[in-house]
Amino acid sequence: MEPKWTNASALWLKNARLVDPGSNLDEMGDILLMDGKIAGIGRVDFAEFSGKILDVSGKIIMPGLFDMHAHFREPGREDAETIETGCHAAIIGGYTGVAIMPNTTPAIDNVGIVRWVEERAQGLPVDVCPVAAVTKGREGKELTEMAELSGIGVKAFSDDGAPIPSSQMMRLALEYSSMFGVTIIGHEEDKSLAAGGVMHEGAVSTALGLTGIPGISDDIMVARDLILLEYVGGKFHVAHASTARSIDLIREAKSKRLAVTVEVTPHHISMTDEAVRSFHTSTKMNPPLRPEQDRKALLQGLKDGSIDVIATDHAPHSWEEKEREFDLAPFGIIGLETALSVVNTFAVEEGYMSWLNVAGCMSQNPRRIMQQPDVTLRKGEPANLVCFDPAKSWIVSESDFGSKSKNSPYVGKTLKGKVVGVVRSRKTTIPIER
Amino acid sequence: MANEGRTVWSHRHLLGIEQLSASDIENILGTASTFKEILGRPIRKVPTLRGMTVVNLFFESSTRTRISFELAEKRLSADMVNFSVSGSSVSKGETLLDTARNIEAMKIDMVVMRHSSPGAPHFLSRYLSSQIINAGDGAHEHPTQALLDLMTLRERYPSFKDLRVTLVGDIMHSRVAMSNILALKKMGARVAVCGPSTMIPRDVQTLGVDVTHSVEEAIQHSDVLNVLRIQLERQQAGLFPSVREYHNVFGITRDKLSKAPKPLTIMHPGPMNRGVEIDSDVADGEHSVILEQVTNGVAVRMAVLYLLAGEGSELGKPIVT
Repeated sequence: MEPKWTNASALWLKNARLVDPGSNLDEMGDILLMDGKIAGIGRVDFAEFSGKILDVSGKIIMPGLFDMHAHFREPGREDAETIETGCHAAIIGGYTGVAIMPNTTPAIDNVGIVRWVEERAQGLPVDVCPVAAVTKGREGKELTEMAELSGIGVKAFSDDGAPIPSSQMMRLALEYSSMFGVTIIGHEEDKSLAAGGVMHEGAVSTALGLTGIPGISDDIMVARDLILLEYVGGKFHVAHASTARSIDLIREAKSKRLAVTVEVTPHHISMTDEAVRSFHTSTKMNPPLRPEQDRKALLQGLKDGSIDVIATDHAPHSWEEKEREFDLAPFGIIGLETALSVVNTFAVEEGYMSWLNVAGCMSQNPRRIMQQPDVTLRKGEPANLVCFDPAKSWIVSESDFGSKSKNSPYVGKTLKGKVVGVVRSRKTTIPIER
Repeated sequence: MANEGRTVWSHRHLLGIEQLSASDIENILGTASTFKEILGRPIRKVPTLRGMTVVNLFFESSTRTRISFELAEKRLSADMVNFSVSGSSVSKGETLLDTARNIEAMKIDMVVMRHSSPGAPHFLSRYLSSQIINAGDGAHEHPTQALLDLMTLRERYPSFKDLRVTLVGDIMHSRVAMSNILALKKMGARVAVCGPSTMIPRDVQTLGVDVTHSVEEAIQHSDVLNVLRIQLERQQAGLFPSVREYHNVFGITRDKLSKAPKPLTIMHPGPMNRGVEIDSDVADGEHSVILEQVTNGVAVRMAVLYLLAGEGSELGKPIVT
C-alpha cells in the first residue's frame, strides 16, 4: 500500500500530547502548521483560522522518526524493495528519515553509487542518507575512499550484513575515519563462532536441531571493537545489539567516555528464540532472537539510557526467497511499518520507556549520530512530525505494509498503538476530510 | 478391534515425537505389535490402505528407513511412489514447496519425507493438504526411529518407568537422539546422554537428561545403551581429534561392558561403523537387539500409516477387512 497524501499547508491539530526531546516538552496542546512550518505550538488560539482543523485528542505528536538502519535493496534486488517502496514503508511507520545500508549489489562503496542512490531518492518525502561501505565491495580488505565519500556528505560507514573479520582492518577503519568525524557502524559477529548458525544457540536450538549462533559471537566482537576504539579513537556505533553482555560492555565503555553509541531493534525487545519453535522463517534474522534474559536486558538498557537508538534493521526479502526451509532461508525481516507500535506495546506499555525517551531513541539520537539537522516541534521549524494513537489495537496484516516485501513476524499479531500519519512540509498522510 | 482400550488417534501428521502424548505412543506401540503378528504370517499383506497413495519424498539418501517405509506401505496395500533427489527437479533448482505441490497435484494422500533441514516437514505441512510423516529432518527429529526403539525395549522390559537408557555418541547432530529423548521421557524412562563435550548440544539438560562424558560411568548406571553413528566428517570439523581416540574413549567394547553390574541391552540405529563407535563382538553379541530394531521398524511404520489413514474417522479403519 502507498501512503495517501493530502494538503496540509494550513492545518491545526488540536488537543494532542506533544512530545519533543529537542525542547524537553511533554504536554497537552495544539500545533498549528502553516506553509510547511510550525506556526504555533502549545496553547494557541486562532479565531480567524481558515484551514483544516483536526481534533487529535488522545494522540501523540512527536518529531518525525529517523531509522538509522534500513535495507532498501537498491541497486540489485529491486524485486524485494526499492528506495521508493522503502520510503512508502517508512512513511507508514512514521519515519521521515532513514539511513540505508550499503550491502546492495553492487555495494554502495564509491561516490558514483552514493550519488546514484541520492538521485533515486530525489523528491521522496523521506530524507535518505546512504551509509557507505567501510571496505571496497564489503570484502574486508581495503578501505573505501572515505575522504571523498565524507566530502559529499556520507556520515557513516558500515559493512553491515557482515562483520569486519580482521582486527587490523577494523583498527584502520576507526583510525582513518576519525580524520573526518564520521562514524563506523559495526555488525558485531565473530563468524568463526557463528558459522553455519541460523538461530540463537541454547535450549531452543538444541530442541529444534538447528545450528546455533551463540550470544558470545556478538560479545567478542563488541569487546574487540571497544578495545580498538579506546586505543585509536574514532566514532563507533554498534548495530543491532542483542545480548545482555554487549550492553554491559558498551555501558562500561560509555563510563570511560568512549565515543560509542548503540542501537537495538524492535524485534529483539519484543520476541525471544522461543518464537523459532514455529519454524517460521519470519523469526530468522541476524543477530538472532535471543532468550528472555537478553530481551529484558535490552529493555533495561533502554530504560537506564545506556541504549541510544531503536533502529529497525528493515530487511526485505521476496516471498519465494523467504518461504522455504528454515536453515536455507535468508536472514532478516521488515520492520519500518510496525516499529513504533512494537515499541509502544513492549517498551512503553511495560513501563520501560517514557515518550520522551521513545522520541529520543527513534528520532533525535539517530539524527544526531547521522549528523542530520535536529527535527523539533519548535515554532518556526519545518513541519516534520508523526501522529501516533497509543490506544488503538490492531491486527497486523500484509495489506498494512508499504514495503514490497511482507516478511514480518508480526503479521497476524495484535499490536497496541498505530501511526495515524505524518506531516512533512505542506503535505500530510493524517486522514483529513477534504 | 485394533482400537480397543486405546485413545482415539487425533493427529493429522506425524511431524515429531514432540507433538505426541504418552497415550499416543502407547497407541502406536500397541498397533505395531498387532502388525508384527501379521508380519509373522505366511501371507504378510493386508488390504488396509488399498486405494491410498503414499509418496516417499527422500531429499537425503537413506537405505534402511526408505526400504522400511516401502515395505510397510506395500504390506498395507497402499500405492507407493519413491522420489529421491538424484534425477529430480530439485537438481534443476526447483524449490521444496514447488516440488511438493507438484507431486501433490497428482492426487496423493500421504507424504513420507526425509530432508536435511530441521522443520522442513513442519514447513510443508502449512501448505500441503496431504498428511505428512517425518522420516528424519536434519538434526531435529526422526520419530519412527524412536518409536521402533521403544517397541524393541517394550518387548524386553515390563515397563519404561525408570528404565535407564543412555544415548552414546554425537548427540548434537542426531535426530535419533532427540526423538529418543522426547519419547523415552514421555514414557517415564530415565535418559542420559554420553559423548565428547564437543558433541553435546548446548543446554541439553533442559530436556531432562543427565549428561556424562564417561562411557564407563554410563555403563555402570544404565540398563540400555543406544549407540549412535559417528559421522567421520565431524573429525574434520575438529569435534574430535581422531577416530582412534574416539574409539578408545567412547567406543563400546566388550571390555568396557564387562564392568557392568548386569548385562546391558545394546541398540544402534544404523548404519554402524564397526570398530569405531561399536565393536563387532558387541554389535553381534547376545545382548544386541540391533536387527530386532530393524524388524520392528516395519511394524511401527505400518502402525503409523494405519493410524494416520484413520485420522478423522472415529474408530479408524479395521486392520483386517
